[in-house]
Amino acid sequence: MALGGKLVPFAGWELPVQYEGILAEHRWTRESASLFDVSHMGQVEVSGKDAAGQLETLIPASLQALPEGRTRYAVITNDDGGIVDDLLVTRRADDMFMVLNAARIDADLAWLRSRLPALAFQHRHERALLALQGPMAAAALSEVAPAALELTPFAYGEFDVGGVPCTFSRSGYTGEDGFEIGCDGAAAVAVAEALLARPEVRPAGLGARDSLRLEAGLCLYGNDIDAGTSPVEAGLAWTFGARRKAALEVPGAARIKRELADGPARRRVGLLPEGRGVVRNGAAVRDEAGHEAGVVTSGSFSPSLGVPIAMGYVATHHAEPDTALQLDLRGRQVPARVAALPFVPPRRHRQHPA
Amino acid sequence: MQNYRYTKDHEWVTVDGDLATVGITEYAQDQLGDIVFVELPEIGRTVAAGEEVAVIESVKAASEIYAPVAGRITEINPVLNDAPETVNEDATGSGWFLRIQMTAPGEFDQLLDEAAYLALTGGS
Repeated sequence: MALGGKLVPFAGWELPVQYEGILAEHRWTRESASLFDVSHMGQVEVSGKDAAGQLETLIPASLQALPEGRTRYAVITNDDGGIVDDLLVTRRADDMFMVLNAARIDADLAWLRSRLPALAFQHRHERALLALQGPMAAAALSEVAPAALELTPFAYGEFDVGGVPCTFSRSGYTGEDGFEIGCDGAAAVAVAEALLARPEVRPAGLGARDSLRLEAGLCLYGNDIDAGTSPVEAGLAWTFGARRKAALEVPGAARIKRELADGPARRRVGLLPEGRGVVRNGAAVRDEAGHEAGVVTSGSFSPSLGVPIAMGYVATHHAEPDTALQLDLRGRQVPARVAALPFVPPRRHRQHPA
Repeated sequence: MQNYRYTKDHEWVTVDGDLATVGITEYAQDQLGDIVFVELPEIGRTVAAGEEVAVIESVKAASEIYAPVAGRITEINPVLNDAPETVNEDATGSGWFLRIQMTAPGEFDQLLDEAAYLALTGGS
């Protein structure tokens, strides 16, 4: 609150939703760089014999082949082929390091520990996490942590900021270049102040983080993916990698393999409603004849495009870009079109390797 | 100095004869944050006090506006269609929403006065 932000409670944390205003923070992130406090996210260290191989039994991603110092986006599946959580996994010298969604930490750890009793999972809740995001993020580090500039996208390293040991991953949730920086919670204010002292960097809250990730076509767990949605429907099968995809052995593999072979019944798509009314999470999607065709899972105003945007699931035969649909907006049917994701192309590096 | 009255839903009302002008308060615009769209009613519509007449979209959420008094909508603010941010910039002036020809002008005096409204919002 020292920076004048608005706080809201979420999963037991008081979170900064906005400082200057969502629109201004969003635009500054796309033009320059913003610092987000995402310390609510779960930072978990995994150790034990063949930790990567063990994790692969629950995570359909190529973790054994992940080189030291590299980070990968992945999902954890459940027995129904749904998604327990989406996460970042990094191979470090002595362990595997995971970043989990705040609201899923307890569920994730319960699931992982029950299935992988030989591994040790340590939730480092005393660690803070700061996300520095935007085209000027690297420039902002040029003096405070110049060594971090050598990281390529999805690379991990450990560097000091003003004498504070920090973890750096060149990743983020905005579609921009950026870094996710972990440090001891007691030192987080000093690290944040060192970054905010740079003229390129301003603080941003979780309101802008949400509109940025939606423009970038990235999923929010609980909205766009959950225990019922499969990674295939969600368009996240690319995270499996070729080796895992060819011989998938994870919880729910039967459904996932079937959807990979036959195509899923529904797919996650972008939706562009006509007009300026913002269609939000939960709104029904109908075809032109008025028949049920899906559901909106995220919706917001796009500060970059100046129009409302949304994401949701539609029956596969409606999933082609430009398909005409209707979205429910307060009982009215608003014409909309299916749009290719992302709405705003990512810059500098791509999360999606296809 | 015009006489402003308020509702517990953070609307302000001021009257000229039996014509009421309605908007949202400074407190409300600050709470809503960046306003990106205002859906206004049809001119000529007859509304009861407490009936939903408009919707404000901020980046994060949609909020309903209720008619503080009964009557007929005679005018809507044309500026808000292209520049909804006017509500953030000047909530109690050029960011007004609509005008209502009151059928029961006495309703105005039943609304909260400034002291009562400030007490409701914590007095700032």
